[in-house]
Amino acid sequence: MSTTFDRRDFLKLGGAAAALAAAGCATTGGTKARVVVIGGGFGGATAAKYIRMWGPAIEVIMVERQTDFVSCPISNLVFGGSKTMADITYGYSGLARYGVQVVHDEATAVDASAKSVRLARGGELKYDRLVVSPGIDFLYEQIAGYEAAMDANRVLHAWKAGPQTVALQRQLAEMRDGGVYVLSVPLAPYRCPPGPYERASQVASYFKKHKPRAKLLFVDANPDVTSKGGLFKLAWADLYPGMIEFRGNSKVIGVDAQTRTVKLEVEDVKGDVLNLVPPHRAGDIAVKAGLITANDRWCGVDWRTTESTAVKGVHVLGDATLSAPGMPKSGSMANQQAKVCAAAVVAMINGREPDADPKIVNMCYSYVSDSEVIHVASVHELDDSRKTFVAVKGAGGVSSARSTLEGRYAWAWAQNIWADMLG
Amino acid sequence: MRIALFCAAVFAVAPLAVSAQDAGRNLAASCAMCHGTTGHSVGGNEPLAGMPKDELERKFREFRSGARPATAMHQISKGYTDRQIEQIAAFFAAQKK
Repeated sequence: MSTTFDRRDFLKLGGAAAALAAAGCATTGGTKARVVVIGGGFGGATAAKYIRMWGPAIEVIMVERQTDFVSCPISNLVFGGSKTMADITYGYSGLARYGVQVVHDEATAVDASAKSVRLARGGELKYDRLVVSPGIDFLYEQIAGYEAAMDANRVLHAWKAGPQTVALQRQLAEMRDGGVYVLSVPLAPYRCPPGPYERASQVASYFKKHKPRAKLLFVDANPDVTSKGGLFKLAWADLYPGMIEFRGNSKVIGVDAQTRTVKLEVEDVKGDVLNLVPPHRAGDIAVKAGLITANDRWCGVDWRTTESTAVKGVHVLGDATLSAPGMPKSGSMANQQAKVCAAAVVAMINGREPDADPKIVNMCYSYVSDSEVIHVASVHELDDSRKTFVAVKGAGGVSSARSTLEGRYAWAWAQNIWADMLG
Repeated sequence: MRIALFCAAVFAVAPLAVSAQDAGRNLAASCAMCHGTTGHSVGGNEPLAGMPKDELERKFREFRSGARPATAMHQISKGYTDRQIEQIAAFFAAQKK
């Protein structure tokens, strides 16, 4: 029996939940196993859907505070003007087809010993396994004056797609021709390594059409362009000559809302629009749940299962994790990690060994104009410890050149990954 | 009786290793972000669901060798062994178009 036991057998037996409980088999007082997922982004929504697809006997409840999903990938195109907020905003109703129960509420606490999640509107959700995919929150305190300037609507990050995307687009539209747009990036690791350079490209694309005398001053805390550097710089030189001034090793330490001054370590710069991206860490609920293990910022996981190294029974996904070597904080990566998680969660609940050889792919497209795109791709497998991913040697790479063909593939990626996570 | 056997299977012996079928399913899940869930593309990229096994294997190997022009698949395909390509192809061939 042990060698021929498959999921269909489990389902037949799983229907007899009370009988299982009587036999001492069930883990949650005779009900079927329940997974709670906190966060409905690229990691959480994908995990919720795939756990239901691969483990139809498992109950899945996803807790998400927003009624709609707004995609960070593609959101830079709102600044360039080729896409709108409507193009990057989707509802969660498709997940119902997979039997995922979506609860629009905020998880405020996790009690790992009682295996329960507390919700802001009251009540608790018990779980057998918990998946936490909280995204990022910002370390505003690392830039003096940031929160005051943000409250005064004088500085925006727009590094979570949503109201700040709308506000930044408005500031861009209202900016005078001949004005200066200051864009800053924190030291890596940060969400979406090529994202800042795509944003610079999209803002420059807007300037080229509407404000040809405007300039973008890019102050990067990193020594040079973090991702696809050669391809971005070539695109800037060809498409937006003289429009983007890039300064590496330029860390922002403060901002003055009144004078619109950005303080760097060695000098001050002034701008009309200040788009400063502060350093970030795992989202707040990861902190409250005790999942942070590295530098007070990131959640360590066993990458074979994505289970937290700090709290048993809790899996962490996406940008909140302490990334494995060569693994970017990207929507693609969160989507792929979610499937490693889903397979492991279903296996563990069904008493099976988790897959020892997961292999996942990163695919990051960046629009350097309305239509031309560059990519970086990589393939990741577990190393000999079976606990962390490494990039497969000889695989992966970047575009040979920017192209409109990849522009079409990038949009195809967006549509397919949104459908893959949201049903 | 069956319940007792189930308990024995799950808790009294070592957990079962992942089956070849599940390994293929897991590997193929990576493709979904560009080619759609279970290979059912919603647009823009080639659907993989229902593609005959030998056709998908051949295309994948041609990407890997460089014989087939690509923007990214020549880079991604180099990350997979023949055995893994076969498992992925078997998974997609078994999906309804």
